[in-house]
Amino acid sequence: MIKAVPKPLEEVLDLVKDFTKVLIAGCDGCVTVCEAGGLKEAKVLASALRLYFTQAGRQAQIDEISLTRQCEKEYLAQLSDKMDAYDAVVSLACGCGVQYMAEMYNNKIIYPGVDTCFLGVNEERGLYSERCQACGRCILAETGGICPIARCSKRMLNGPCGGSDAGRCEINKDIPCGWELIYERLKTLGQLDRFEKPVDPKDWTTSRDGGPRKIVREDLRI
Amino acid sequence: MRLQYPPSVRIIEVPCTGKVDVMHLLMAFEYGADGVIVVGCMEGECHYSVGNLYAKKRVNRVKEILDKVGVGGERLAMYNLSSGMGGRFAEIIREITEKVMELGPSPIRVATGKATRPIAEVTT
Ligand code: SF4
Ligand code: SF4
Ligand code: FES
Repeated sequence: MIKAVPKPLEEVLDLVKDFTKVLIAGCDGCVTVCEAGGLKEAKVLASALRLYFTQAGRQAQIDEISLTRQCEKEYLAQLSDKMDAYDAVVSLACGCGVQYMAEMYNNKIIYPGVDTCFLGVNEERGLYSERCQACGRCILAETGGICPIARCSKRMLNGPCGGSDAGRCEINKDIPCGWELIYERLKTLGQLDRFEKPVDPKDWTTSRDGGPRKIVREDLRI
Repeated sequence: MRLQYPPSVRIIEVPCTGKVDVMHLLMAFEYGADGVIVVGCMEGECHYSVGNLYAKKRVNRVKEILDKVGVGGERLAMYNLSSGMGGRFAEIIREITEKVMELGPSPIRVATGKATRPIAEVTT
């Protein structure tokens, strides 16, 4: 899932300090799971902003809401009758949600309330790590289920490089070498012959290099 | 044992400090509390094992928020006591009451003369 962290409170305060009616819009999707932007975070941020405006002697209306998902029009549309009541919205969804809200409510100021980080997993509560970079052509079948794009710091397709040291990546000793992980897993699976086969250059046309991407599924569209 | 402590304190009982949420603490300040303390079991002695450790993190987070929004993190504190420390409890209440008296009324009450939200809206 998409992983994000809340923006520092002072950054959000700075964005909204000149407004008097602000809506904090959480998202019940990915950002709820990593406790960065769900209903609870929306409530906490709204409460903090109310305290800020109140102690400054300012009348402000700060409300919170959370939508099922902000990356879908149907859910964003639930705000249509509420938007007029606010000067600005702080969206706690990932960057997709913030942009989609801004697209739908073209005249409204929509600010991001989280920093969107990566596609990753929940290792533990409060510990999330990257696993996929959405390259558009998954090669996990060849790499023992461990992604060299996301987990090798150099995105090498024929690793490890010479910087691999006792299972650690040379860029940081806290980072496991992705290719060491791949080697160990292939060994466990009895698939070490993978290393004897030449690997074709990866098709990167499905990755970011071709500009913003789009999926068109004719089988799903009317 | 009958111990005296200042009557300005309102005690809210919870099954464990792990039940105390960031929102409960923020709401207390929104309602105009001048100071709040969370009193839990000694570290390592929580009946739910880590409730008081969660509470400590939440208290620290709210202190940081209160600093940033101009209310002041020093108005919130956490203490760890055992059930046999009634005397110390009364002493803490006296100390915190003195400290809050020194700090004066919460900037929220100063600004509004009252709480910011009706009590009926408590949710977390
Ligand atoms: S808007 Fe972002 S955070 Fe919310 S469900 Fe969609 S992808 Fe996940
Ligand atoms: S190969 Fe591409 S799609 Fe597959 S996990 Fe890695 S980045 Fe993600
Ligand atoms: S039972 Fe958890 S703090 Fe006392």
